[in-house]
Amino acid sequence: MSKTVLTVDDSRTMRDMLMLTLKNAGYRVVQAVDGAHGLEVLAGETADIIITDINMPRLDGFGFIEGVRQDPRHRATPILVLTTESDGEKKTRARNAGATGWIVKPFNPDKLVDAVRRVAA
Amino acid sequence: MDPLEAIKATFFQECDELLADLESGLLELEGGGGDIETVNAVFRAVHSVKGGAGAFGLEPLVRFAHVFETTLDDMRSGKLATEPAAVKVMLRAADVLADHVSAARGQGAVDEAGSLRLVAELKALCGGPAAAAGADGDDEVVMVDTEVEDDGFGDFDFTPVIVEIEGPAEAEVAAMPTWRIGFKPSRAMYAKANETALLLRELDRIGACQVTLNADALPDFDALDPEDSYFSWIIDIETDQGEAAIREVFEFVEDDCEITLEAIGPSATSDAPLAPSEAPELAVAAAEPAAPDGDVLALLERAKLAAAEMQAAAPSSAAVSTEPPRAAPPPAPAPAAALHPADNGDAKAAAGTTIRVDLERVDRLIDLVGELVINQAMLTQRVGESGLARSSTVSVGLEDLEHLTREIQDSVMAIRAQPVKSVFQRMPRLVREVAAMTNKQVRLTTEGENTEVDKTVIERLSDPLIHMIRNAIDHGLEKPEVRVAAGKPAEGVVKLCALHRSGRIVIEVSDDGAGINRERVKQIALDKGLIAADATLTDEETDNLIFLPGFSTAATVSDISGRGVGMDVVRRQVQALGGRISITSNPGKGSTFSLSLPLTLAVLDGMVVGVSGHTLVTPLTAIIETLQPKTNDVRLLGPNGAVLAVRDAYVPLVDVGAVLGYRKGPTDWTTGVVLLVESEVGGRAALLVDAIQGQRQVVIKSLEANYQRVEGIAAATILGDGRVALILDVDALIDVRRKDARRSAAPPAARLPLAS
Repeated sequence: MSKTVLTVDDSRTMRDMLMLTLKNAGYRVVQAVDGAHGLEVLAGETADIIITDINMPRLDGFGFIEGVRQDPRHRATPILVLTTESDGEKKTRARNAGATGWIVKPFNPDKLVDAVRRVAA
Repeated sequence: MDPLEAIKATFFQECDELLADLESGLLELEGGGGDIETVNAVFRAVHSVKGGAGAFGLEPLVRFAHVFETTLDDMRSGKLATEPAAVKVMLRAADVLADHVSAARGQGAVDEAGSLRLVAELKALCGGPAAAAGADGDDEVVMVDTEVEDDGFGDFDFTPVIVEIEGPAEAEVAAMPTWRIGFKPSRAMYAKANETALLLRELDRIGACQVTLNADALPDFDALDPEDSYFSWIIDIETDQGEAAIREVFEFVEDDCEITLEAIGPSATSDAPLAPSEAPELAVAAAEPAAPDGDVLALLERAKLAAAEMQAAAPSSAAVSTEPPRAAPPPAPAPAAALHPADNGDAKAAAGTTIRVDLERVDRLIDLVGELVINQAMLTQRVGESGLARSSTVSVGLEDLEHLTREIQDSVMAIRAQPVKSVFQRMPRLVREVAAMTNKQVRLTTEGENTEVDKTVIERLSDPLIHMIRNAIDHGLEKPEVRVAAGKPAEGVVKLCALHRSGRIVIEVSDDGAGINRERVKQIALDKGLIAADATLTDEETDNLIFLPGFSTAATVSDISGRGVGMDVVRRQVQALGGRISITSNPGKGSTFSLSLPLTLAVLDGMVVGVSGHTLVTPLTAIIETLQPKTNDVRLLGPNGAVLAVRDAYVPLVDVGAVLGYRKGPTDWTTGVVLLVESEVGGRAALLVDAIQGQRQVVIKSLEANYQRVEGIAAATILGDGRVALILDVDALIDVRRKDARRSAAPPAARLPLAS
């Protein structure tokens, strides 16, 4: 059975890009539009990998990651953050919240799939 | 369509929404409203535009968005105050960003100089003049940054090619560099869901590995914390991909582990005995309590120390060589909950509250509902003809059907309905631009943005509105000094307002300017031969002169309104939407233009009437009342004209049959029925028809699309009996009648071009 990736991003463009890339790579994709929605989706779905944006309304990526890690089911679920920031500050914050790794935007499909593969068991 | 192209289309769609959010957010800030969440939302909008643009390699857009984003970030972090001056710069930056988006879309070009100026202004906002000077350099860094990333990946692809050129494969294998990696993960690494096994798997992808596990630090079982990290590894890897590739594997975990990397020679096999050398050191390190997550520096320090001491350390033989790295221990216990299948998950997965539907599908549905309406009308007529009693079950059932049809229709129309907000949102920018060009101070206020109208109407509303707003600022508002002299505030107000009124949407554009200069309007109309010299016009009629073709009140043709497009074009555009435009003006106080539009272009409530054997439909919204004229109520005026006395007033009488050419000559007024109608422009009129057949809903079919435009006729419809009926354009009808009357009433010497 193919692995399920939950993508959390408030930008429709990004969600579509992620969907296209990951589907082509053989993953099943579940989407959420912000952190709060992401947690709602996780309540009813199991995700093998989570990819999340940082800047989002309602609940940002940091809060979302913390929320995911508090759920015993998802303590060991790999979480990749999407970041355009080249400085390390956001990365560090995301890591402190419990992120597994990151993907620097703009990503090309290979880079994305590569990063997902690296953290996916 | 290519999926990527489809996503690009989505991106531009999203850009439009983001730009609108950006502008409304900034406007809120400008008005002194808004809070940190508004600033955040504004930041996110620019951030998302940049993110998407980056994905599609739209570099100029990315560059500009980046500078904009940086400035907004300063505002977000409180480094830059949300004061009006800064927000004004950002509003202009938002305009330029919109230009960049359009340019990326292939629509129009960006004013490069203007864009650069704003880049400098934005940088000046957040960093002072020094930053502004370094503007271009900074941008380069951003782009170079991504290129460096690409180069890193390029190594994977291209290195093997180079090797092939340099020498035979056997030589290469022999000379393959070997690296020794010392790796000790911390507890924090596992807490972030990183896995040693996966890292080893990745290493295995770039070269042959020999992995040695050091489990010395593993405590007794009763002292074991299942979530702590006790193991360390030494990996010898043969790879020609270089240090960067190895480091890259550990990219995500480098802050959460102790890691050493050294080249141990061109060949791995002979160096194997050295492998265990560092094991004792690592064991010592592991015996210490795990460093707290945040203490990254300390970890690094210790890693360095360990690396230095490793050189001197005596070898011991605790090494266990393992084959492919699958043997790493589970760092965290598999949580029990994870074993449960995703029970009823799909049902609970938050359902989106909106769906996107291709407009064509909705239009098809609307067409079908139109057919349903016609079909139902036909059925009603047949049942009526069959002579069934009104109380019969068939008739009752038919009534229910009628009710349902009406509801379906309303619901389908609601699908197409959209708030006028999308059009209104484009106006603030226009106001800013026109204000700047005319050196006037203007404030735009909007009301009723959430009023919903049919999508088609919305799409075609933009042009007339743009023109009316330009007009209001250019011609309506006075220069600041004139306003002050007249005791008004220097800043003029243009108000844009939408509301529902009796089944139609009304959009008003009003200004608090000088109002229409009727003397001048009359003079211009006279000079251009639009009216007769001795014409006596009411104020309302004078105001309406500006809608005549060829009329332009601007003394000097300005850059703004004088583009060869007059108010007559606006009126035509509005009429094409089945709407009316009217004007009220108050000298010294300002003018108001009102657009009245049907909510939908597809269905209309009409009064079905017969004229000379033809069936016609009059829009119900125009009809005030119907009456039977008496002979002495009708007064003839000129050879063809007539007026009807309705209570205290005389109303022009329009013989519909004669105007449309169904019949000629005077009619016996008393045999017909009069529909008293009211139009937006021409006041009231009495339409004479032969008989009223009933009131019903009709589906509008375009006459222009299927035949051609006919004066006095708005559209056509199909009746219950399958015949085509024309829908009257009440205003146009009155106009035709008025022109006829003037033609015959005007004295031969009149300077009327139409006179014959």
